[in-house]
Amino acid sequence: MIALIDCNNFYCSCERVFNPGLLGRALIVLSNNDGCAISRSEEAKELGIQMAQPAFMIDDLIKKEEVNVFSSNYTLYDDMSRRVMQVIKELVPRAEVYSVDEIFADLSGMKYKDLEELGSEIKDMVGRCTGIPVTVGIAPTKTLAKMANRYAKKNRPGEGVFSADTKELVEMLLSATKIGDVWGIGKQFEALLSGKGFVTALDLVNRAPEEWIRKEMSVVGQRLFHELKGINCIPWEETTKVRKNICTSRSFGKLITRKNEVAQSIAKFTSSCGEKLRKEKTCARRVHVFLQTNPHRPQDPQYFQSITLELEVATNLTTLLLKHAMKALDMIFREGYNYQKAGVMVLDLIPQKEVQLGLFETLTYEKDQKLMEKVDELNKVFGKDVVRFGVQDYGQNWKLKQGNLSAAYTTRLHQIIKAS
Amino acid sequence: MLNNLVTMMCQSIPYLGTVQAGFPSPASDYAEEEIDLNRELIERPAATFYVRAVNDSMIDAHIPPGALLVVDKSLRPKNYSIVIASVDSEFLVKYYVKDKGSHTLVPANGKYKTLVITEDMDFRIWGVVTAVVIQVSKYPV
Repeated sequence: MIALIDCNNFYCSCERVFNPGLLGRALIVLSNNDGCAISRSEEAKELGIQMAQPAFMIDDLIKKEEVNVFSSNYTLYDDMSRRVMQVIKELVPRAEVYSVDEIFADLSGMKYKDLEELGSEIKDMVGRCTGIPVTVGIAPTKTLAKMANRYAKKNRPGEGVFSADTKELVEMLLSATKIGDVWGIGKQFEALLSGKGFVTALDLVNRAPEEWIRKEMSVVGQRLFHELKGINCIPWEETTKVRKNICTSRSFGKLITRKNEVAQSIAKFTSSCGEKLRKEKTCARRVHVFLQTNPHRPQDPQYFQSITLELEVATNLTTLLLKHAMKALDMIFREGYNYQKAGVMVLDLIPQKEVQLGLFETLTYEKDQKLMEKVDELNKVFGKDVVRFGVQDYGQNWKLKQGNLSAAYTTRLHQIIKAS
Repeated sequence: MLNNLVTMMCQSIPYLGTVQAGFPSPASDYAEEEIDLNRELIERPAATFYVRAVNDSMIDAHIPPGALLVVDKSLRPKNYSIVIASVDSEFLVKYYVKDKGSHTLVPANGKYKTLVITEDMDFRIWGVVTAVVIQVSKYPV
């Protein structure tokens, strides 16, 4: 049996852990630059606030209903996510993080009297350790577990657990799920299937001929079909050990004093880091930049400085890495020194597929990703750094709008909660 | 000098690779793992949070203002556990005393009053304090 454990309104729940006064009150978290609502507490949903609704459209409602509004605090959500996943990984024999707030857990080999009870125990343990409420869906396959989770959210909000562990329960689950709500069925397949008169997932399982599915929906559809029938087809992703950081640094051939020359090197180091990240299919959460004079020249005034900047979302896109590296350089560069060496390090690497993006970042992200692939390709053919980025000055106008950002309660010592 | 420089540069770098050069140290056979306070003080890292004490209400429990509290959220408080409680959206650090169904938060300083929890309060135990860190060298007293 497989469980899908999903954090409820995750970003809002994170804010509530460190601000218990928000429990039971309407609360939303806005996307980067405070654009639109990306997480809503149940109370906010009841007020009619929609997912991805632009903030300016609900200004009046926010004021009238005293909705608490937060800017997205990815540092906090990221750390809380790590904690939730850690608790679950310690409880089950095998687990696979699916996104920032979802994890599949393999329950096979575990001792239990009742699967729903086991689900409750997992839920309680996560709640006790992290303060984050979760919903647990249990079923024979990943696709059905995802469905069971959705069912639990809708129909068992009090318990927060649903287990489809008998043939009858699986059928009930399938009949309660519309074709378009099945994990893996996109708009195209939905149109195809509903055109053929399949309304629920059960219709598909009972009436669709496998031959037809394979013809119309390829092996992907066939795999999905099997998953719905209770046959496991989606393999568990083995977590590969990835490097924790990648560093590119070099001594300059000569001492340099001008900022734009240092910037060029930093840009070069950064794009090399980006290339390595993409090759390994990992993303970095922090960018570290350092800069130093030559300590063996006592006649020179000495300066060495480093800074680590956090990215809102882990990335391997050179464009985003550059933006932060240049900002870092702006913050540590001082005029009047003979610089000998500089370097860029990307830290806290995570597998690319574990990165969850903001709703609207996905679009440009895919575009950027394509661009990066082209850049890597061209550089491979024509030699290193033939295609590169023009370095711009982001110092003045680069500033993220974060009106209501909560503190990094778990990762910065001077921002931890205070008790009297 | 160079050492300092490297240390300063790498303040926020979690791992620094070492380079093997010259002869291996004859003492390396005797190497033991270094003492790690995280391992000693933290039983369940995923459930451990840090909280800063801001006043002297728990001074007799070895918690001066400014002390760093190690808090395990997964523990259930026993009688007289030092807890972080949230009362009407404010965090408090106090002894937790439960007696015949009544909950009280008791300070470790005669200057402060015991708080009896009543039904109209929004009261939650947030976590149990398991250790107190005081950096005496930084202490202004």
